[in-house]
Amino acid sequence: MSKRAIYLVPLSVFLVMAVYFAIGLTKDPKIIPSALIDKPVPEFSLPPIDNGAPQGYGKGFSSADFKAGEISVVNVFASWCLPCRAEHPFITKLSKMNVAKVYGLNFKDTPKNALKWLQELGDPYDAIGADPRGRVGIDWGVYGIPETFVVDGTGKIYFKYVGPLNGDILENQILPVIEKLKR
Amino acid sequence: MKTGPFILALLLGLLWTAPAWAVNPDEMLADPVLEKRAREISKGLRCLVCQNQSIDDSDADLAKDLRIIVRNRLKAGDSDGAVVDYVVARYGDFVLLKPPFKGTTLVLWLGPAVIGGLGLWAMIAFLRRHSGQGGGQGGGAQAAIAKAASRPRPPPLTDDEKKKLRKLLKEDGP
Repeated sequence: MSKRAIYLVPLSVFLVMAVYFAIGLTKDPKIIPSALIDKPVPEFSLPPIDNGAPQGYGKGFSSADFKAGEISVVNVFASWCLPCRAEHPFITKLSKMNVAKVYGLNFKDTPKNALKWLQELGDPYDAIGADPRGRVGIDWGVYGIPETFVVDGTGKIYFKYVGPLNGDILENQILPVIEKLKR
Repeated sequence: MKTGPFILALLLGLLWTAPAWAVNPDEMLADPVLEKRAREISKGLRCLVCQNQSIDDSDADLAKDLRIIVRNRLKAGDSDGAVVDYVVARYGDFVLLKPPFKGTTLVLWLGPAVIGGLGLWAMIAFLRRHSGQGGGQGGGAQAAIAKAASRPRPPPLTDDEKKKLRKLLKEDGP
């Protein structure tokens, strides 16, 4: 190594670190890459919310529902989850667009509170499944709700968003994914 | 007031405190061997809500659920590896507090050794060069003289420069 080149070593080390940190520090460590992307939806079957009536409320859904060729969105929500309340209008908006089936996974909720929540804010879901003990949620790799999954027509999980949806995320992340899957 | 005995009493008091466990007694398995395995597995699994705590340490709801799942799998007869795989299949390698050794983690595992090796190589190269220049006793001075002798002589001073030099020397004088 020539004498002059040695002076470039600190500079190049600095540049490598600068690039590394510029990328690394802008990533949110709370967002964990899902292990389930590109995998089929887990095997499960969720009952409707128990409202006292024999057929319950919200139909319930299971893994079989995702293999019918339709694009689906699975939104994990609960009445105790404050950000879920914030994203509710956007789930409603998505549901009204009729671009995908919208499923609600009612995570670790009581039937009474869930029903009250849906009555108050409206029920945007095509079907709701109750997961009072959160076991199916864990099979889906849920760790912090709200979480929203996009599933393709063959039942493969294609996209996951952790955190409350808003207009920007709906327009720029969820809808483009649905568009892409439609083609 | 003497504070010594008071502080001593306080420190001794600490000996009586029991560590706070996140694991609730009702979660524990009756079989102590299985429970011990469950504890070991739990210590290696990250709580995804609090991230830098293991599920064995964490009070988070999800950690509790995962602890129960670990115990249920063990009771069902799973091996330790199968239990860990069960959780990894749902949450990815990120749940492992000790990342696995594989393609995507090569930089993580080998990076420090490579950087350390480069540093060692640079240090050895640096030290070799410097000791080589020194040579034997007095070698340094001899080399300096030889170097000076081989340098081309500067041209003699002009009259103008001589005058300037004399002036400068006078100014500097006492």
